Amino acid sequence: MPTLAQFLSQAFNGIALGSLLALIASGLSIILGTLGVLNFAHGAMFMLGAYTAYVVLGHWDSFAVALALGALVLFAVGFATERGLIRFYYARPKEDQILVTFGLGIMLVEAVRYVFGGLSQRVPLPAWGQGIVNFGYFIYPLYRVEAIGLVGVLLLAFYVLLYRTRIGLVVRAGIEDPLMVELLGTHVRRAFLIVFCLGAMAAGVAGVIYAPLAAVIPNMGEPFLVECFVVVVIGGLGSFPGAVVGGIVVGEILSLTTLFNPAYAQAAIYAVMTLVLIVRPRGLFGTMGRA
Amino acid sequence: MGRADWRRPARWWPEIALVVALIVLPFGFDAWFRSPDLLTRILIWGIFGLGFDLLFGRTGLLSFGQAAFYGTGGFVTAYLLTSNTLDNVWLAMLIGILAATAFSVAVGFLALRRVGIYFAMITLAFGELSYFLENSPLSDFTGGENGLPGVPAPTIHIGSFTYAFTGSWPSYQLVAAFFFAGFVVARFVTLSPVGLVLTAIQQNPERTAALGHDVGAYKLAVFVFAAVFAGCGGVLLGIFQSYMPPDAFSLETSGQLVIQTVIGGAGTLIGPAVGAAVWLSLRDVLQQVPAIGDLWKFILGFVFVVLVTLLPSGIVGTIARLWARPRSAVAPAATAHRDAAARETLLAARPAAPKAAPSEFALEARDVRKAYGGIRAVDGVSLALPEGACHAVIGPNGAGKSTFLRLLKREETVDSGSILMHGADITAADVTAAYQYGLSKSYQINQLFPQLTVRQNLRIGALGRQRGRLRLDIFRSADGFPQVEAVVDALIEELDLTACADTVVSVLAYGEKRRLELGLALASQPSVLLLDEPLAGLSPAEREGVKDLIRNVGKGRTIILVEHDMDAVFELAQRITVLHEGRVLAEGTPKEISNDPSVRQAYLGGMAP
Repeated sequence: MPTLAQFLSQAFNGIALGSLLALIASGLSIILGTLGVLNFAHGAMFMLGAYTAYVVLGHWDSFAVALALGALVLFAVGFATERGLIRFYYARPKEDQILVTFGLGIMLVEAVRYVFGGLSQRVPLPAWGQGIVNFGYFIYPLYRVEAIGLVGVLLLAFYVLLYRTRIGLVVRAGIEDPLMVELLGTHVRRAFLIVFCLGAMAAGVAGVIYAPLAAVIPNMGEPFLVECFVVVVIGGLGSFPGAVVGGIVVGEILSLTTLFNPAYAQAAIYAVMTLVLIVRPRGLFGTMGRA
Repeated sequence: MGRADWRRPARWWPEIALVVALIVLPFGFDAWFRSPDLLTRILIWGIFGLGFDLLFGRTGLLSFGQAAFYGTGGFVTAYLLTSNTLDNVWLAMLIGILAATAFSVAVGFLALRRVGIYFAMITLAFGELSYFLENSPLSDFTGGENGLPGVPAPTIHIGSFTYAFTGSWPSYQLVAAFFFAGFVVARFVTLSPVGLVLTAIQQNPERTAALGHDVGAYKLAVFVFAAVFAGCGGVLLGIFQSYMPPDAFSLETSGQLVIQTVIGGAGTLIGPAVGAAVWLSLRDVLQQVPAIGDLWKFILGFVFVVLVTLLPSGIVGTIARLWARPRSAVAPAATAHRDAAARETLLAARPAAPKAAPSEFALEARDVRKAYGGIRAVDGVSLALPEGACHAVIGPNGAGKSTFLRLLKREETVDSGSILMHGADITAADVTAAYQYGLSKSYQINQLFPQLTVRQNLRIGALGRQRGRLRLDIFRSADGFPQVEAVVDALIEELDLTACADTVVSVLAYGEKRRLELGLALASQPSVLLLDEPLAGLSPAEREGVKDLIRNVGKGRTIILVEHDMDAVFELAQRITVLHEGRVLAEGTPKEISNDPSVRQAYLGGMAP
């Protein structure tokens, strides 16, 4: 049996991973909910954020610049994608939308592989992130603690944007019924563009934060994309609280199963997903009737 | 007998062309690449793709987890052979394919609970699950990240003669034989009633279910069928390479399959193999080019995105379309002509429906209730229709008429109350079962199969009653049911759609579509017919035609008519029920109803004289 310290440490790991998943998945989920498009390129967008951090931190020693540029780059990518590709797909079958974003994801990954090579790159920890924190029962790397705080702040900002602003109201109404929003005289297509950019930025910023913690390689986004799908299925389609809670749940399952048997960590999240599908097919926070 | 009948020689030309290609092509490959190995790889992907094409191209189910079955087939066979559990390679291959099949039943059962985006995500998740299971928990059996080397090839023994499928050429022969056999079977499926139902599911799953086909069961069947092909492909991969690689399970494998199918052309059977040829040769050729060699996959992704955007039918689909265009002026197939009396006798026939207890009523609703949240859409409606009655349900908008029809057709569950047909309680039946009881419905908004012809549309309806909920008669041709064809021909004439019988429905005029909508409901030769505003949107002349149609074909049937055209209602119906806010306001003959003060109140807001 694991000790209490091991358990607490892994539980904390679960929050660290889960909060990151929550941030990525919330971007995926609001795009899915509002535009009805499942963005298979979302993992690649996460990867672009990590590479932005790699480039920026190679030139300036400023994490803030990396975060800002990561958000900016992904805003631009999201903008170009929605205007150049996705908007032609709103009237086409869901399957076509999946295919085109899947193809886009491959292009992004391969373009990065061409420019930076396929080898993994290391991104240094920022100076303020070095060191450890002593929690009494266990010690924990300082940057990871700070990352949780940072992600928490970003999720809060996302929440405020969605639930406390006019554009957020349009977005949430769009998740319920895009046609009705359009009929009520709000230009829902413009909201679509904003949502797609926001979703891409969420993935990108998550990529920047995650970059110092992992090997930065072109297909690093793939496992995150798949785990985000699990998060969305568990949390419920298009639901922001669903993405956050689902993210934490998946993060905790991965971390706590690792404590007992690492070989089954991945299998465990799919087992839980299966369970949710059988018991509550719409997910924890999903509404009936969509997709 | 029809065009797809297997006894007709012309039906076999794709198979003949394929045999010729499979014999001739390797010589070309031999000259260019010094071995047929590239072609063998293409065909392995092609076998994998034949099943996926039925699943995605035909039925529209986009799975991102086919690697799960490809890998399962390959690894089970490889494990049985490399661990010396089995010596018989053929038997091990069979068990591998069966293992993939069994796995797909479980995955399909879960994944098919959802459609579209969810289906793609869930299949992808199960693909990844199998990848992780292979990689660690099962690594004792699968070799984990190393895979399983040393998979032997099968041999044939006939007397003292022995032939081993090892080496480039024999492997090619083995794979080509499997590809050909797979193609023959897959083509049988596409030409069979099953293939027609699968296409119907892609275009309009709700209507397919309402026409008596068990959509869930057909979806599971095609999902499992695709897994048989996937397992077969995986088994052949291990044997061909004498090594089973773990990345057979990877998302990349599933993704490559999807991309190849779309590039080659979904719904064309041969498309995935053509796509594989594009993918594999592009990789092999571009990698030789120094400046852009590293970009081969980027270029592929780009080509893919462009194709999805501009040519969604892929290479084969586009060629087939261009090929078919100059020949599209062919005369419509002759429709057997019958005089009106013979037609009506034929259409008036009704297959026997299960009867529980003899009842004087064809259809009976007892105190049926349905609420949505706080709104009581149908609030205790009772109705009893004797055999052959035409009963109209009228009422202002929002009175609950359409909901009531949906409840009767079993498209919605009732909150309380019961529904009986010929004395049998069908309250718990689903929409498909209701059709099998002889209950069919025409919809307020056309629910057709837009990319199929008028004839195919009607055939789907007629087959639903003839073949039952589910039948996997893949070796029968879709137009091989004489009884069905007779009904379809008679309906086409009765509906006055002879000129456009072989025209794709999406290009028909609204009036024609409306008549076809009614025809779909009649195709099952139902005993009870629910008509939800059959006259909606029609011109006065077209209204007369449809009214005649209802009178003619409705003869002897029990009909519930919901309609806003009061002239038509008073002409056609023997009795009328007036609904208001979910309740029965009045019931009686047309004369009684038109004199009822409360009806005038509800309709005219008390302004009646």
